[in-house]
Parts: sequence; structure tokens; C-alpha cells
Amino acid sequence: MAIEHVHGELWTVKELFNYPNEYVYWTVHIAVYPYITGLVAGAFVLSSFYHVFGMKELKPVAKFALVFSFALLIMAPQPLLFHLTQPQRNYHILLTPHFYSAIASFTVVYFTYMIILLYEIWFAYRPYIVTQAQMRKGLLGLIYKILTLGSYDLSEKARHTDEKAIKFLAAIGIPSAAFLHGYVGFIFGSVKTVPLWKTPLMPFIFLMSAVISGVALCIVTYVIGCKISKREISEDAVRAMGKLLAWFIVIAFLLESIDIVFHGYIAEESWEILSIILFERIFTKMFILQWGMGMILPFILLILPRLGVTRAFISSLLVVIGVFMMRMNVINYGGQGMSKSLSGFMTYKMPIIPNSLETLREGLPAVIFLLAMPFVLLWIFNKILPVFKNIEAEEH
Amino acid sequence: MSHAWRPLFVVIGVFILFLIVRAALVPADFVAKNGDYKYQWHRLGNEEEWKNFKVKYKGMQYCGECHDDQYEAITSSKHAKVQCENCHGPAIDHPEDPETLTIDRSRSLCLRCHAKLPYRPSTYYGLPEGPIRLAMQDPDEHNPDMECVTCHDVHRTEFKEDADF
Amino acid sequence: MKRRDFLKLGLITVAGLTLPLSAFELLTPEALASLRKKERKGRRWGFVVDTTRCVGCGMCVKACKLENEVPFEANVSRTWVERYVQLKDGEVIIDSPKEARYGYIKNDPQGREIKEEEIVKGFFVPKLCNQCEKPSCVQVCPVGATYKTEDGVILVDRSWCIGCMYCIQNCPYGARFIHPVHNVAEKCTFCYHRITKGMNSACVDACAFGARKIGDLHDPNSEVYRIVNTQRVMVLKPEFGNEPMVFYIGLDYIVR
Repeated sequence: MAIEHVHGELWTVKELFNYPNEYVYWTVHIAVYPYITGLVAGAFVLSSFYHVFGMKELKPVAKFALVFSFALLIMAPQPLLFHLTQPQRNYHILLTPHFYSAIASFTVVYFTYMIILLYEIWFAYRPYIVTQAQMRKGLLGLIYKILTLGSYDLSEKARHTDEKAIKFLAAIGIPSAAFLHGYVGFIFGSVKTVPLWKTPLMPFIFLMSAVISGVALCIVTYVIGCKISKREISEDAVRAMGKLLAWFIVIAFLLESIDIVFHGYIAEESWEILSIILFERIFTKMFILQWGMGMILPFILLILPRLGVTRAFISSLLVVIGVFMMRMNVINYGGQGMSKSLSGFMTYKMPIIPNSLETLREGLPAVIFLLAMPFVLLWIFNKILPVFKNIEAEEH
Repeated sequence: MSHAWRPLFVVIGVFILFLIVRAALVPADFVAKNGDYKYQWHRLGNEEEWKNFKVKYKGMQYCGECHDDQYEAITSSKHAKVQCENCHGPAIDHPEDPETLTIDRSRSLCLRCHAKLPYRPSTYYGLPEGPIRLAMQDPDEHNPDMECVTCHDVHRTEFKEDADF
Repeated sequence: MKRRDFLKLGLITVAGLTLPLSAFELLTPEALASLRKKERKGRRWGFVVDTTRCVGCGMCVKACKLENEVPFEANVSRTWVERYVQLKDGEVIIDSPKEARYGYIKNDPQGREIKEEEIVKGFFVPKLCNQCEKPSCVQVCPVGATYKTEDGVILVDRSWCIGCMYCIQNCPYGARFIHPVHNVAEKCTFCYHRITKGMNSACVDACAFGARKIGDLHDPNSEVYRIVNTQRVMVLKPEFGNEPMVFYIGLDYIVR
């Protein structure tokens, strides 16, 4: 049987010596997946800064962050479906999970987090849902009636219960969100065969870049969302988010740089080729784009005095792009940029213009689709659970 | 009872539904064999499936059942340890299917072992008589425009009677 | 309800809900017992590669592909032969053109013209799945599609593999790949379908030079047992802790 190419051959360029079976198997979708789960976790943590740690300035964005987190959560497994060679068998992971594998824990962490998130959203929106259920007719009315789960209790006691529940869920949601994204870091950190990935710091590196990407995207989406729906942007909220973002950038940068420093200092067998990859082959991608434009510059912009909405917005945009670069640098260009023989290089060339089913699945259009969908979902959810409208103010 | 428990009941309901569906879909013979969940968590039936994979290469003795002349010749030659199927391809269900096997007369087939390379081991230990020299030639010098089988009888590792050199 | 009880109940319920029942496999008596190191008694397949005998003819690769239905022209293989050439200035050139399915006919490592006088050392290294005792590939399969048999061979259940490629990433040796036809993980099986019938692996039969041997590491009458227990042998990348079961004679420090 004539075979045109094997899986991985289309987008891998090999140089010097690679084991014959080596290709870039984990493509851009494996970078998009942690990117989206990172946004999920980051958005949730932002919301919890209001509900648990009482940062009052974040009130205007607290509900928005929750619903956005859910929109992102729905899209989180989709890049994986694009990536699997047998996506129709994806449910096998629910049927016979092998918990020695970090990937199997997806079943537990994903649904745990989803339950907590939906639970918290329900409590947060309950007064709105109940009043809408009583007011609306037709399909929308039916949706709200179902969402009430049969309870129309808006008494003082009930609202008090709601408040306590939200606080509780926002609190346990933080470790849950941390696991949702941290386990992805563990997936990479525990791959002993890839020198760039193998480090106990990986879950924390991923988690911190997740938080900064989540907070940054919330800033970007909040500003754009308010502009589109012609609502007033709360400058205090943006400033508060910006300050949070700045300090988390510091932690993220420290973790990432310490990892590289250790690699270089210990200088194991793999350091020779790893340093060529980092300092020559992906120097621009990593140090200029990911670190420079993605972390250092945004940090400076955020801590300069008189932080305004525009500056915070630009800074956040840079972070959002920078963290995506980080995912691709770690997974596609860095980790899989070298052969396990330590004697050759592999370059990942993401398909741009699809000319087959495989390049459509693995190419840029698919990535754009996956990254755009959370916004589409947010727009849909906004119709039922408004995120930019101040529903409490309108209630009274 | 507080309304706060309602979503939980929904979750419990969905979970029970999931367990029921799962019980129906998980193959009955999926086990952690020998209690080894780390390395032996699998569908038992798959082991038999692999054991029943079709054998393609039958081995020299199978060839010798019909092709006794070539079999006798090669097993008394220096190519005694070279499987017929190495050069002729796997027997599979020959003579039913395929009816004939390929006869590859090209130089490149012989050069795989006999092309002189600086790092190719020059002693052959495969024969019961003991080590012999592995015959190697520089392919660019040694009759580069002819097929090896023009002069060499591969089944007897001798020169052909009508070899003209 | 008191806050503390609310919290407790909530935590327990959420935690309990999130444990699929198969997690409890870890707690059965046999599973816990198997965590203690135990010397297994039955048959254990092992392999010996003698790199001093390999001439790089690639007949093993050809036989493997045809026996195991890996498309011949596809740029992947269950087994392959690497060529190592060390030059006077210390440079080591490694290659494996098309996994050596057409053998090595020219002195052209990595397509470069290398003068014979420049070469100080050169040899061929056949490689295949090491059927490790502690396979890092099996450890990371999320669905239980790959597993170790009782006699030590690592197999892939083609009907169950979802193609996440985690196992491919976790093999230190590059033995795994995605089968171009079946679109699931694929690797050398030691020709399990042959060895369980008393035959040799296809590559072992195909090697006329005796560079490949397969046998039962627990059987004192087998050749691999004799070699592993009397000669100086080495394994690839022991530092990964996988305990590979392919033993090499004549393995050199430049081998990757």
C-alpha cells in the first residue's frame, strides 16, 4: 500500500541525527490545550480574589470572570479532539482510566472543576435567574425556569446561604483550578525523556503563566466587551486587575528563569544541544517575544505610575500573546526541538494553508477556530447570564 | 431542606447515569492482570489477538519442502545462514498466494552485505566450520555495470560455470 | 446547618463524586502486594544484540516490516540499524537512512563524503523496542491500551488506543510511532505471534550474521541467558530506570 507520509512527517523538519521514528508528535493543539485551561484557571482565580480575598474593586468583573471561565472550560478539551488520532475513542479515558498516567487525571480534575464552577455560577446568578424565570415567557423563560432547579426562594435567609456558598466554592475552586491546570504542567514535567520538560517546577511554571494569561485576557475581554455593549468601564477594576497581573508576572518570570538557570548550571548531557536550541534556534521566540515582550515589558508598563485603562489593555494584550508563545516554545519548538539521541534537531512547521484533511485538522485555521470559540460561547452565555450589565443595580 | 443542595442532586444523578453507561461500555475482560494496575491494566482478549497475528516468513525449511535442490545447495554453501526469504521475500501462503516470489537480480541486493565499507566487520562467524573472511568488493571498481549474478551463483557461493571473465 | 458541617459534607461529597470506581483498583490486595518487589518465576523474553557482528545489511528491517505489516516505504519502523562513524577530530556522525531498510551500500554518513583516512572507528547498532521491565511508556498510557504481558512483552491494543501519543513521548529509545494505516501507537512486539509458537522473531531469522538473538532470560538453556550471565553486556540508557531487556555486546560510549 502506498503511504504518502506518516503522522508527524508533514510538519517536522529533521536535521543531523534523529531516531527514525521521531517526529513532532505533540503539535500546536497540545500548546492550545494548556493555554485554554490556563485561561480557565486564571479567570477563576481573578474572580476568587473578589469573593474570597475581598478585593472590592473587582466586583464589576467577578461574575464576568466566572462565566468566561466556563466558556473557556467548554472549549478546553476541543484541541485534544483535534489532536488525537482516534478522537472518536476519547471516552475510553472515562471508561478505563489508568491513573498512573497524568493524562488520565483529566477525568477527575476537569469534571470536579466544572461542578464547582457551575455550582458557583448558579449561586451568583440565582437572584437574576429567579426574577427572569418569573418575568420571561417562551423559550428564554423555559431556560430560566430550568436553571432555577425549582427553587424560587429569594428570602434573606436564602441569599445569606447563597453568599456563604459562593465564598466556599470560590475558596475550594482555587485548588481545583490549580489542579486543572497544574496537572497539565505535571504531564510535561514528568516526561523524563525530554530534557527541557523534566523538572518538578513545571506544574508551577505552567500555573503561574496560566494565572497571568487568565487575568490578562479578562482585562482585554472586559475592556472590549464593555466597549461593544456600550457600558462603562470600571477604571478601579482594571487597575486592580493590572496590579494583580504585575505581581503574578514577577512570580512567573522568576520560575521560568530559575528553570533555565538550573539547566545551564547543572549542565547535564542534554545541555549541549539544549543550549543551542534555546540560545540560537529559538532565541527570538523565547527571549525576545516570550520573556521580553510577554513579561518584562508588560510588567514595566503596569508598575509605572498612573496606570490607566489603555496602558493596562496594551500590557495585557502583550501578556496574552506572550503566554501563547511560552506554550509553543516549551512544547513545540523547545521540548520537541531536539532528538532524544541528543544528536539532532527537529523543527516544527505548523501547517498554515490546509491542503488536506490532516493539515486542516492540524493547521492554523483550526487554531484560530479554537481560540475564537470561547468568545462566541461567551457572547451566547451573555444572552442568558449577562456579564457586563450590572444586574444588581438594575434589580433595584 | 435548603435550596443549596439542588445542584448537588443534579450532579449525583448525572454521575449515577454515567456509572450505568460505563458498566455497559467497558469490555468485560478489562482487568489489572496479577493486580498490576501500573503495567498490566488492559483488555485481556488482546493478548490472544496478537498471538493470532498472521505469520508471513515461514523459514528455510518450509522452502526446502518443495525447493529441495536449492535448499540442499544453499545449506552446504557459505550462504547457509542466509534465509531464502531474505532475498525472495516472505513466503506467506506461497504457493497458493503469492503464486511466485520475486527474484531480485539487482546489484544493490548483494551489495547490502558485500559492499566494502571501512567499518563493515570483515570476519564472518556464521558457519559451523568457523570464522571465514567476509568477501567484500568496492562496488565502483568491481564490474560496476554488471549484475553480480552474471558470474556468481548465489545458492552455491561459487562462480557460475558459464561465467565469462 | 452549621458552617463546619456544611463545609465537611460539601468537601466529602465533592471528593467522593470525583473518584471513578476504577481508581479503587489500586487498593485491591493483589495490587498492593504487587507493589512489593517480587522476582517473577515464569518465562521472560530477552534479546541480545552483538554489534561486533552487525554489517548493516538491513535485512532485519526489511523482514520486520514485511512480517509485521508496517508499510515498507513509510518512514517509520519497529526496528532499525544506526551507523556510527567517528573521525580523527573526534566528530561522531550518526545516521540511519530510511531506517536501513535498504541496508548500507555506500560510505556516506549523513550524505557526506567521508574519506576513509579520516575515520578512526565505525560500526552498526541495531535497535528495537527494549521491552522494558519498568516501561515508562506503559506507565503513562491514560486508557490502558498498552500493557506488559506476563512473559515481559509490551503490546498495544489497537482497538483501544486513542492516539494521544503520550507513550511515544515517554519512550527514551524512540521505539514507538503512529502506525500509518491503523492510526494508533505501534512498536516492536518481539514478533510475539512467532515467539509464542516456538519460532524466532523475524529479525533474528533474517540476520545471517548472528547479530540478533532472542530467548528466555529465565531459562539456563537459552543462548541469551548464557550470554547475559557470562559476557560483558550493556543496555541503552540505563539511567532512565526502565530496566531494558535488550542487551548489547560491544556497545560503545559514543552510542546514543
